[in-house]
Amino acid sequence: MPWIEANANVAVTLTVNGVSHRLELDARVTLLDALREHLRLTGTKKGCDHGQCGACTVLVNGRRINSCLSLAAMHGADNITTIEGLGTTDALHPLQAAFVAADGLQCGYCTAGQICSAMGMLEEWRAGWPSHVGEHAPAEAITAAEIRERMSGNLCRCAAYPRIVEAIQRYAGDEGAST
Amino acid sequence: MMPFEYLRAGNEADALQAAADRPDARFIAGGTNLLDLMKLGIERPPQLIDIGGLDLRTMAETPDGGLRIGALVTNAELAAHPLVRARYPLLSQAILAGASGQLRNKATTGGNLLQRTRCYYFYDPASPCNKREPGTGCAAIGGFNRIMAILGTSAHCIASHPSDMAVAMRALDARVETRQRDGQMEVRALDALYRLPGETPHIDHTLAPGELITAVVLPAPLNGRQRYRKVRDRASYAFALVSVAATLAVEDGMIVQAAMAFGGVAPMPWRDRTAEALLIGQTPSQALFERCADAVTAEAQGQGGNDFKITLLRRTLAACLTDLTGNVP
Repeated sequence: MPWIEANANVAVTLTVNGVSHRLELDARVTLLDALREHLRLTGTKKGCDHGQCGACTVLVNGRRINSCLSLAAMHGADNITTIEGLGTTDALHPLQAAFVAADGLQCGYCTAGQICSAMGMLEEWRAGWPSHVGEHAPAEAITAAEIRERMSGNLCRCAAYPRIVEAIQRYAGDEGAST
Repeated sequence: MMPFEYLRAGNEADALQAAADRPDARFIAGGTNLLDLMKLGIERPPQLIDIGGLDLRTMAETPDGGLRIGALVTNAELAAHPLVRARYPLLSQAILAGASGQLRNKATTGGNLLQRTRCYYFYDPASPCNKREPGTGCAAIGGFNRIMAILGTSAHCIASHPSDMAVAMRALDARVETRQRDGQMEVRALDALYRLPGETPHIDHTLAPGELITAVVLPAPLNGRQRYRKVRDRASYAFALVSVAATLAVEDGMIVQAAMAFGGVAPMPWRDRTAEALLIGQTPSQALFERCADAVTAEAQGQGGNDFKITLLRRTLAACLTDLTGNVP
């Protein structure tokens, strides 16, 4: 691939929630802005736009990242999952249902990021990744202290944290019971 | 964000050639720090060379029992790697004490080493800053300087290096492999990657234009125990006020090996061989740890708001050495 000039567009194919979209984008467009402004997938939210709040969290090849701190042009080879790919209003993902049941939100602006982050986080937990809290066996049930540490990249300015932790723990427990 | 030319490099040779053709170009991998700074207009590279497609993602044992870490291995992968957790727990602990899960999934080994200071004034284009705009002055000196450095500073800059990972790597005697523009491989000790601010604080490191970090190599670990102890303003997702990385071996009640590095206190991951030498051949005791702390902080200088770091560094060092030796008198 040759140099793309500063004022020319980059051609990139983004695969989002299983659907491929061919886009021509300014190289400066972040993955977050491509999702929201170009693909109109506005479930993913822009909070700080600097990687500090986690509202923009999406899954890239199953791993959670801040979509505001990544260029869309760098994701042509990736599978991206947003909140729209997890559940719908009529068919909530069980983690979304757990957030509703536990009242894990107030204004809701951070919720999509919280849920995508929790999906990635639980995958990391099941893979046995350690955290600042410590080491664990992959089959172990996740504790509230581990959830708080592993979810520290997602801020909730309404401070619904106790219910967010409860929702994630409830979902993780149900999931553990069904496998 | 200023417009930039963009190239997705297919391989190492292409990336190096592209950088040779455009000496002001910057490599981008995880992008978690560079893009943040570009949005604020603090970094304004005219060209970005995307190295995400390069084959630098492997980790492998070296013949002498060490570990070679590809520059594009993510911080998350590195911290979770079984060999790292078993042989270099210090490194895993340091990485997991920094940033967030999302950032660690994106940030790379090479990029982490080259991340820039989080000095408030460096981040504020309205303030004078010799690191951002050479010759404009340092607003941190005489300003709000709670997070600034106490060792290795100059009259031109008192910014601290933000990395946790690099502090652990410094204590572990890491070496950095790079490729020059002409493809020549260079190896330098981690401390030789960094430079102190002196009169040119805008230059953080010793890489030549177009020189690419390809790997970090850890030697076989020292015997004994390892520990990374970090003090910060909140329990998670905050930069270090002070951190101590230490590896210590005790035999027959006597310290036989010691390596330590310090974070949050200097413009680069800090190390003090004099303080390490003081420990060798000695029986662990609080008095010994005090003498060690005296040596580490002998040249330390506060700027008012960060004076507390001198005491905090002494206490964190003593606490870390106590963790490693058990309760000693």
